[in-house]
Amino acid sequence: MIRRAIVAMVSLILTAVPVLAGQQPATGQFLPANDLPPDQKLPAAPFLIGAYAFIWLALMFYLWTIWRRLGKVEKEMRVLDERQRSHAR
Amino acid sequence: MTFAKAAFLVLKKDFTIEVKSGEIVYTTLFFAVSCVLIFAIAFVKEGQPVEGAGAGILWIAVLFAGNLALGRTFERERYGETVRALLLAPAPRAAIYVGKLLGIVLLLLAAECLLVPMVAFLFHAPLFSRPLMLTAILSLGTLGFASVGTLFAAMLVRSRTRDVMLPILLYPITVPVIIAGVLGTSALLQSPVDEPMAQLWIWMLVSFDAVFVTLALWTFEPLMTE
Amino acid sequence: MRKLFAPLLIVTAGMFAYAPIVIANTRYESTMFLVQKIFYFHFASWMAWAAAIGVCGVASAFYLFRGSPAGDRLAVAGAELAVLFGAFGLVSGSLWGRKAWGVWWQWDARLTMALMAELIFVSYLLVRKYGGPGAEKLAAGMGIFGAATTPFIYKSVDWWRTIHPQTSVVRKLGDGTVPDMYFAMLYCSVAFLLLFASLLTIRMQLEGRRAELDRLYLALEDPS
Repeated sequence: MIRRAIVAMVSLILTAVPVLAGQQPATGQFLPANDLPPDQKLPAAPFLIGAYAFIWLALMFYLWTIWRRLGKVEKEMRVLDERQRSHAR
Repeated sequence: MTFAKAAFLVLKKDFTIEVKSGEIVYTTLFFAVSCVLIFAIAFVKEGQPVEGAGAGILWIAVLFAGNLALGRTFERERYGETVRALLLAPAPRAAIYVGKLLGIVLLLLAAECLLVPMVAFLFHAPLFSRPLMLTAILSLGTLGFASVGTLFAAMLVRSRTRDVMLPILLYPITVPVIIAGVLGTSALLQSPVDEPMAQLWIWMLVSFDAVFVTLALWTFEPLMTE
Repeated sequence: MRKLFAPLLIVTAGMFAYAPIVIANTRYESTMFLVQKIFYFHFASWMAWAAAIGVCGVASAFYLFRGSPAGDRLAVAGAELAVLFGAFGLVSGSLWGRKAWGVWWQWDARLTMALMAELIFVSYLLVRKYGGPGAEKLAAGMGIFGAATTPFIYKSVDWWRTIHPQTSVVRKLGDGTVPDMYFAMLYCSVAFLLLFASLLTIRMQLEGRRAELDRLYLALEDPS
């Protein structure tokens, strides 16, 4: 279930990138952003913060999924252990 | 039995069956042709084809047909329950792989002989301006695609979900070959022909083929062991 | 491995906590200014990604030729981390590209092939999940082939005229003219490699517990 969610999320991200790319108007193709007229310049900070925030959030999410999966396995193990004990009796 | 002879025998066996039934050849060729026709309907607007679409369409048709043919050749082995017999034969496993690979490559080359004139005709693509380079790009690209495809199709024979899994496995891994093939072909379609570019892609294809074929020969044996 | 894990985790956390300060203290690049600072995590992500793919490929080969179950577990962990770090690299690169090139995505050789490598390892995970019995071997084949295509991706920028900077950028950073940038790059790379090592350990632990669970189930069904 969680793995499925991860796969879904990753593929969503991967497909979203080219899709977003398609929506952008072609702003001068290869022109370095500094040569653009000042009203078209993008402020850099949101991109910088976005990149670092994404990495941190994705990392936290990944750790959370591992924690969830470990918890599930441990729970199943406890159930199994109990079943085995009742079996032996 | 030598390596070459064993490979040749596997090829001959497939060829004999194919001559009798013709199943894979006809279905694959028909599929490839109908692919190109659909693209022709989609991409030719008012008699004028979309610029530079020819290379991509040619390759997509080859890949789709290749996927179909790969699935079918091993499906036949599975259906006749001859996979085990084939693997038990007193021949190197890699020779069996080479025999199968040659069969697929020959089939796809035959399909290309049909597709190239068709694409040239339907999309006004000057595909015959550099016949040697085109042959090199097509055959190297086909070899690269088929080398990985044959390996994975053979592995998937035992899998329940082989129909879904083959394209999922095959396309991402062969993407470098596909990119090289498409870009090399479209370099040939430009006017004037961008020869250095086409040559660069041919060398890329050679290196990809070397890597893929070596890896496939190396891993075929352990992958096919139960 | 267990004993080493706690110090590893502490060092990694410490390095990551200090990383913003290191990055903030570097000088600004002359054409891109602030947005160039994405570089430190971007580059480091791809370093960790390369390590993950290398681990996955070697472990897959070990599993295939030696039949070692530990190799299989290591390969899964490596593939999953390759997807994770690849996503880091792709997203941070895309954000950087929006500012520096003016587009989110450009279909040039490096970007395309990086995306394809990401897809290879996503499909590796798909095969493991939905391949049914015998999927481990298939996946091992995937891992080996995926690892074999990665060097091409690394060198692709040197072979073709693309808009992505060439690999020589890294060498140029190392010639001593910008020691602070070079240091930050190395610092982040080490931090990410340590992060990779600790995540790999955790993920291996999970896979080990799963194997144990399978063994328990088998023992329960077959009490003899």
